[in-house]
Amino acid sequence: MANTIKSWADLKSLETKLNKGKDPKQRWIAVCIGPGCRVYGCLEVYEALKQEMQKQGVGQIPVKGTGCHGFCERGTLLVIYPEGIFYSRVKVDDIPEIVEQTIKNNQIVERLCCVDPKTNQKIVYEKDIPFYKYQKKLITGNNRKIDPTSIEDYIAIGGYSAFAKSLFEMTPDQVISEVKTAGLRGRGGGGFAAARKWESSRKAQGDPKYIICNADEGDPGAFMDRSIMEGNPHSVIEGMLIGAYAVGSSNGYVYIRHEYPLALQYATIAINQAREYGLLGENILGSDFSFDIKISRGGGAFVAGESSALMQSIEGRVAEPRAKYVHMAEHGLYNKPTVLNNVETWANVPLIINMGSKEYTKIGTENSKGTKIFSLVGKINNTGLVEVPMGVTLRQIIYDIGGGIKQGKKFKAVQTGGPSGGVLPADKLDLAVDFDRLTEAGSMMGSGGMIVMDEDNCMVDVAKYFITFLQEESCGKCVPCREGLKRMLEILNKITDGKGEESDMQTLDDLSDLLADGSLCGLGNTAQNPVLSTIKYFRNEYEAHIRDKKCPAKVCKALIKFQINKEKCTGCNLCLKNCPSNAITGQPKQKTYEIHQNKCVKCGICYDVCKFDAVIKE
Amino acid sequence: MDLTKVDKILEHHKNDRAMLVAILQDVQDEFRYLPKEVLNYVSQKLEIPIPEIYNVATFYKAFSLKPQGKHICSVCMGTACHVRGAPVILETMKSHLKIEPGQTTPDNKFTLKTVNCVGACAVGPVADIDGVQYDNLTARNAITLLKKIGKE
Repeated sequence: MANTIKSWADLKSLETKLNKGKDPKQRWIAVCIGPGCRVYGCLEVYEALKQEMQKQGVGQIPVKGTGCHGFCERGTLLVIYPEGIFYSRVKVDDIPEIVEQTIKNNQIVERLCCVDPKTNQKIVYEKDIPFYKYQKKLITGNNRKIDPTSIEDYIAIGGYSAFAKSLFEMTPDQVISEVKTAGLRGRGGGGFAAARKWESSRKAQGDPKYIICNADEGDPGAFMDRSIMEGNPHSVIEGMLIGAYAVGSSNGYVYIRHEYPLALQYATIAINQAREYGLLGENILGSDFSFDIKISRGGGAFVAGESSALMQSIEGRVAEPRAKYVHMAEHGLYNKPTVLNNVETWANVPLIINMGSKEYTKIGTENSKGTKIFSLVGKINNTGLVEVPMGVTLRQIIYDIGGGIKQGKKFKAVQTGGPSGGVLPADKLDLAVDFDRLTEAGSMMGSGGMIVMDEDNCMVDVAKYFITFLQEESCGKCVPCREGLKRMLEILNKITDGKGEESDMQTLDDLSDLLADGSLCGLGNTAQNPVLSTIKYFRNEYEAHIRDKKCPAKVCKALIKFQINKEKCTGCNLCLKNCPSNAITGQPKQKTYEIHQNKCVKCGICYDVCKFDAVIKE
Repeated sequence: MDLTKVDKILEHHKNDRAMLVAILQDVQDEFRYLPKEVLNYVSQKLEIPIPEIYNVATFYKAFSLKPQGKHICSVCMGTACHVRGAPVILETMKSHLKIEPGQTTPDNKFTLKTVNCVGACAVGPVADIDGVQYDNLTARNAITLLKKIGKE
């Protein structure tokens, strides 16, 4: 094949060729076509920009559709380099002006610039935006430089050189030792030392050995792996190659969740390209090392993200976890030695080799090295993906980067770690975020979801949400998990229905112990965290539900009622029209509207549709 | 039922029973659900007992044993969407379509589903209709959206 890279020298010369004549001062434009911006219609913006540039005679300036830039709240994002002029909330209609003003005449289109919330000044450049200023984008930073469907873009920024360096300058043991010294811990949930898995698998007997990338990002509220897979898939493949070389594996799998069709598409393109360029397959770069990757699609089961269950799923079976005394590193996929890491962990590997463990360990805290990507979502001003060094505080993430709580409301809690994690209150805001501190506080790192909640969120409802989720997703193999979660949900339902009893919190506590001790996998072992952490930090809310039969946040249906404020009502009839249970009566344009409590199902639609805040929750 | 399409899928996976999940995914993509005849056929061809096939087919959420409506509307119930009002969106859609999640409208236009997270957490609440994601939903714009798509 014409493009095959046959040696390290070939790879270097391709990189040189791709960068030849590239002037760092050359102008180019990046349009984010990541998952958040896609929802805002970025693809139309991207196409419109290309067409408009042709039309205005500047079609020679490169335009790239890139992966996620992180600042999803302000999508569609358009950045003009080399200056880094940052335009947000860009719509198709803005394109002619951007091309005319900025691209042709170096004038700033001010209305598309972000505003500094503190000074109310417009911010022109990406580097000055608070959302980016406090981040350290080691893993996600390249997203904005490359087209994820182009292997040449990745090679041009030095891609695959870490793998080549490992292959030709390091022994497998040296690679493992480098990753060990770097202190790389798994970014998928448990935070297990990656090098320890690699080492056991390297030493284990059995052939073939497998390398798996877990891209079954099942934690609701987390999308960092999706953004890497859709933004820089080659960095994951390169990490897997380095891992495969270190472990002595020739077979790899990427297990991608069914809900991420685009990640599947981009991973497929990337793997095919790597194969075409000779970076996957037999005798890679002219060495005697061979490795190839297959893709396996998930089927929409949360528990399949658990490593042993995932392997069952790849084998074509129901994704049920198995006991942990059998180590995956020795008896994993098809009962062979297997190393499984998640997307973000693999993407860290080339970085460690390139930087060297000495530099890498300068980032982070004593036992948590490097950066961590969080999906900062919920009731926060700047929602999006943020990458920060381990050890920054929750306050820095939520206030400095996230810009605080939406609509000036009061911060109540932040939920980290997905369904296995916990909820942390305001007095934990100065907690330095790393694997160990989060666990100590009763939550966990998990895969990096960070869901911010304000005064309108009910903590009992949040606990109920997670238990509902987990009891649906429990595979049913272990009785404590299957039955225990159902009973916990019953109790939580009882509490939110206003029928709670004083003894309920103790029963929840007892059931929690049972789950932790009697379940095989992480789903059951940690399922009690959302309940225990909300009881620990928000006991008063439980008590208000149980003793006073009140939901302080006005969320739990059985404990609230909707009424119409006749002063504010304009008689627009919208509530009546949308009421599913015909509980509202009234005459249009007259202030006679009324909600009949005996018919009201408390769906909240009237509250939501009213434009005049005339529907009140009590 | 055109079983030659199933033959092609089986051939593509080399009649390997370890590929059962992938095979059923391809069947689901082809027929938009898992027809009983096809499951029986796969069972015979791969010599997998039918209960084992149903075990897999009912375990994973991606599979449906019933035909789906013309439009598949999945409301995201992920945490980020939940705290930003997904339950109201689901209620709205349920009452507008007069069906429960997992059901299809009698005119076969809509199938309503819930999904645990589509990874568009920054712009929730989100619903995915026929592969297109709609952001920042409210009860009001959810109804407008369903009306618009229903006319297509």
